[in-house]
Amino acid sequence: MIAIVDYGAGNLNSVKKAFDYLGAEVVVTDQPETVATAEKIVFPGVGHFSSLQALNRTGLREALLQAAGASKPLLGICLGMQWLFEGSEECAEVAGAGIFPGRCRQFPSSVKSPHVGWNSLRVQQGSQLLRGIAQDSFVYYTHSFHAPVVAGMAAASEYGLQFAGAVERGNIFGVQFHPEKSGEVGLSILKNFCEV
Amino acid sequence: MLTKRIIACLDMDGGRVVKGVRFKNLRDAGDPAECATAHARNGADEIVLLDITATSANRRTLLDAVRSTARSLFVPFTVGGGIRQLEDAAAVFDAGADKIAINSAAVRDPALIGGIAGRFGSQAVVVAIDARRRVDGSSDKRFEVFVAGGRTPTGRDAIQWAREAAACGAGEILLTSMDRDGTQSGFDCQLVREVAEAVSIPVIASGGAGSPRDFIEVFRDGRADAALAASIFHFGIENIAQLKHELRDAGVAVRWPC
Repeated sequence: MIAIVDYGAGNLNSVKKAFDYLGAEVVVTDQPETVATAEKIVFPGVGHFSSLQALNRTGLREALLQAAGASKPLLGICLGMQWLFEGSEECAEVAGAGIFPGRCRQFPSSVKSPHVGWNSLRVQQGSQLLRGIAQDSFVYYTHSFHAPVVAGMAAASEYGLQFAGAVERGNIFGVQFHPEKSGEVGLSILKNFCEV
Repeated sequence: MLTKRIIACLDMDGGRVVKGVRFKNLRDAGDPAECATAHARNGADEIVLLDITATSANRRTLLDAVRSTARSLFVPFTVGGGIRQLEDAAAVFDAGADKIAINSAAVRDPALIGGIAGRFGSQAVVVAIDARRRVDGSSDKRFEVFVAGGRTPTGRDAIQWAREAAACGAGEILLTSMDRDGTQSGFDCQLVREVAEAVSIPVIASGGAGSPRDFIEVFRDGRADAALAASIFHFGIENIAQLKHELRDAGVAVRWPC
């Protein structure tokens, strides 16, 4: 069973619908206990980094960190991927998980922000999550802050600069784009996660 | 590279997709779920469903159509028409929309933009603006905002309103030229460019799409981030896949293959 973590921000229907379409057994939950018993965890985030404060209050932060430490496959989507880093310029007071080094930053002023639309992926070799995904495949992004290029980067995109579109280290995965809104490419990525 | 988006719009009336000229003379163009899936398969980057005759009686029809359309659609899906308050937006999200478009209600109560953005994120809030050129040409307010499906003039300047909507938390502007809507005579590039330069959020150009050249112009001269069309896609005048080929040949970055 895959647990989709609901921490009270945004709309998780699209993520659930995509997993339903793939035939995966998923449950949307705000309970740390359900996260603890799930085989895999999807952590979609939306909106402002400060909304992640809710994780601390609800005990979900501990549940997510424990699952990550226990080698359970964990996929952070959008703000959920940013949370895997140390933090974000968007809200300095809220700490990320620190699984990947560095902080998320704003785009340079040379480009419009937010970054909205379909952008291409420069896929790194050996990624489990992006297995079979063609070089320069397009995925749908909508975000104002971006994660830095790090050692665990699985794919990069360009928008005013190069940033991490996907990260991967062992059982931990993150995508800045929305696989549930990225057509066939996105569904293939979610299918890969189901099969990890 | 970030690509320019081609958005297929489904104008819905009583559960069916329809298309008119200058918001009038409606013709039937099919079932929303079938139309949306077909457009997505053909390369549409995004789908917009607008309930153009939104009334409270139509609310259930709209939610049913949203639900059935969302079920097998895996590209961004925006729904507009008749969203007057936060609860209406919540119901539409719950039925499967990724973004909502608000028009009249946002003009009446700009705080609604921030209210919805606060709960669902700015990326989920599209402010739709229907604008028309002033015939007298006087003053610097050259484009006037209309509400209630283009029926009611507001006396407000479109560029100013776009700026305000962005400041209130809108994630995108869907800008329709009422003068060009349904005419297939080209987008109003001047209107689009003025708004695109006034705000930092993406601007979706709408109204007037007739040929691939119109799209090339609105991306180059109008500086649009996305372009939306309805009638030319529904009635097969323009094929999205073919349109994307022509855009790519003209040097406009588009998502292809899909």
